[in-house]
Order: sequence, then structure tokens, then C-alpha cells
Amino acid sequence: MISRRNFCKKAMLFIGGVAVPVAGLEIFNPQRLLAEKQDPAKVRWVFLVDTRKCVGCGFCVRACKLENEIPYDANVSRTWVERYVVTRDGKVHTDSPKAARDGFTTKAIDQAGKGMLEIRDEDITKAFFVPKLCNQCENPPCVQVCPVGATYQTPDGVVLVDRTWCIGCGYCVMGCPYGVRFFHPVYKAAEKCNFCYHRISKGMKSACVEACPFGARTIGNIKDPEDPVTRIIMTERVAVLKEEYGTKPQVFYLGMSKEVK
Amino acid sequence: MSHVWRPLFVALAVVATILCMRLVLVPDDFGIHEQGYMYGWHRKGNETDWKNIKVKYRTTAYCINCHKDKYLDIKDSPHAAIMCENCHGPALGHPQDPRTLEINRSRQLCVRCHFKLPYPNSARGGIKGINPATHHPEAECVLCHYPHNPLRAAVRKEAKR
Repeated sequence: MISRRNFCKKAMLFIGGVAVPVAGLEIFNPQRLLAEKQDPAKVRWVFLVDTRKCVGCGFCVRACKLENEIPYDANVSRTWVERYVVTRDGKVHTDSPKAARDGFTTKAIDQAGKGMLEIRDEDITKAFFVPKLCNQCENPPCVQVCPVGATYQTPDGVVLVDRTWCIGCGYCVMGCPYGVRFFHPVYKAAEKCNFCYHRISKGMKSACVEACPFGARTIGNIKDPEDPVTRIIMTERVAVLKEEYGTKPQVFYLGMSKEVK
Repeated sequence: MSHVWRPLFVALAVVATILCMRLVLVPDDFGIHEQGYMYGWHRKGNETDWKNIKVKYRTTAYCINCHKDKYLDIKDSPHAAIMCENCHGPALGHPQDPRTLEINRSRQLCVRCHFKLPYPNSARGGIKGINPATHHPEAECVLCHYPHNPLRAAVRKEAKR
């Protein structure tokens, strides 16, 4: 007659003994290792933003909202443009009213709850616009924290959200260091920029790139050395946002300023 | 049968139920795919779902097919880089459903770029701009300026429409 204590002991030994070889099979799958080493993907989408060219017209935000069916008047957006105004006293004033959907048509800085701030022209030392969007990180924290496999990375490097699998837990919203994620008010699922995956996979450019009259936004394939975007990234001095997080963002910025966070 | 074995059967039944439910609930294409466990855990079919979304902005290359005259107007003007759909809305459904396309004559559209902002080290500072409070505040810009080529005088007939 087996005792309860003995039964528990043997059961644990058995499960442990079985688990070791099963885990071994999984870790040393040679095909998987080979695939990871060779990196067969021919395409890796990257974005290049030239902040020196951006004038804050907001056509990109408008195009993005209409193309990707983000409710137009809801205060959510896949992409937005930030205005930075540095004054003589060293202060940095930033705003992005309605994600800059209608452009920047006033000198006053929108301080959200605290009203509008008028800055005198002679007090401005520098001012510029910075378009922002999902960085499509090589090490996306939002994907790591998704408990159900709703957010994932495609072989061409774009991070997508499966709306039917998203349970709305919001871990990805919290996990993204760039704050690009939000909840889609209609689909009730986590939402973010996906480089207009339906356009780039058809050989088109993303809607914001097409809408930008100043060429501040460009999209390219970094695996193709002949791509004009790749050439600029390889030959000019580009910066990424929050490099210290180790997320390896794939949105590169030209003419970046130290005030931008 | 000893009562000692009973919990084991219960545990096995639970495991079996979970496995059966998993078989039904989890789609076949759910897996780790090319990107591995860390980033690739997903339903493969969703990639196709995203690719199948309809393109709404057809770009200027699509508009040229029928509106060559307008394209030629804008081609050599300072507005050449602005795609048609920035002012006319996405061309999805056009020309089958003509009402989907808009003709935006609002001042708000023009002041996106042409409200003067005193930012000398930004490209915005270099754009020809006005102060909307003092520059004919009541009028639509298109009354005086021909948007397809702002260098040319406005065509009155077009403006009155």
C-alpha cells in the first residue's frame, strides 16, 4: 500500500524526469536555431523622420486617422506631431493639440488643463516640430508583455495587434516606453501604428508618408542597400528615441534636438 | 480502489478537459512562427487580415488618370508636393460614389501651413504666411487664391461656386 507522502514524492520525481527531456527537445530544435541565425527575412521596414522639414501642418495625422479608421473626433491617434518651443529662460514648452490633426494654427501653447500659454516672439530661442509614431522596435516590450499573443512581430519587423485576440488588459499600453498605444474606442482592442501594413504589403507607402508635402516622413526597407531611406540611415547622423531602453526602435530621426524625449 | 488514487484521477480529468477545450478554442495557425517565442507568438491568419484591409488614399498617381488638367495645374506650382487627397479626402469609392469626395474650401485647411509662426529654425518659419486675424478674416482663401496654383490669379467662376 503506497502512502500519500510516497505518492506525492514519486509523482514529483516522475513529472520532473519527464519535463527535462521534453524541455531539451524544445530548446535544441536545430531548425529553429538555424532560422534565427540566418534571418531569412528580405524586408525590414524602417521609418525615417526629418524633423528639420516638418512644419506641423498635420496632414499626416489626418491621413492616418482616415486611412486607418481611427474615430476622427476621439482624442486618440496612431501618430501625432509635437511642437517644441524653447524660450530664452531655458524652459521647454510642448504641445500636440488633438494630436495636431488640424495642424498648428496658433502661437499659443496648449497646456491642457492649464489653458493656453502665449509666448512673445522675441522670447523664442528655438522652435520645431517632431512627428511621432510607433517605433516598431526590434525588441518590442509591448509584445513581450502581451499575455495572449494578440500583439506580435511579423517577419518583416512590423508589430501588429490581433483585434480578435486582444483581451484589453492594457499591459501593452503600460509597457510601451513611447506611449504610442491606446484603446480603439470602436473595436475595444489595443491599437497602434502598424506602418499601414495593408499599404506597404501592396507596394505602396504608408498614408502619412503620402500625405506629407514636405518629405519629412519616409518609409523604406533597411535590408535593401539601394533603398534611399537605407542610404540616409547608413550615411547620415540619425538618432532614435529613448535608446537607453534597449528596445532598438526602427524609426530614425534626422535633426533631432536634445529637448525631445 | 484506494482513496489515495482518487486525486490523481481528478487531476487527470482536469488536464484532459483543458487539452480538449484547447483543441477546440485555439486555431490551428496559432503558434510561434518565424519570430520565435518572445515576439512571434500569434495567430498567423491575422497577418493576412491586416493585409486585406482596403486602401483608402489612392495617391496622385490614381487621380491623374482622369484629372490630368488639374494635375498639370498643380505640377509646376508651389503646391506640387501636396497630394490631391489632402484637400479632397481619400479617393476610396471615387468615382463610383462621387459624394465621397469633398472640396474643402475652408480657411482651416490653408492656415495649416500658411499661418505665420515665428519659428526661425524650423521650415515653418520659411513658409509664406499670414496672420488669420488680420488677413481678410471673413473670406475663404480660395476667393482670391487659386489653390491648384497659388501663383496664378483666382478664376472668379471657380471661386463663386
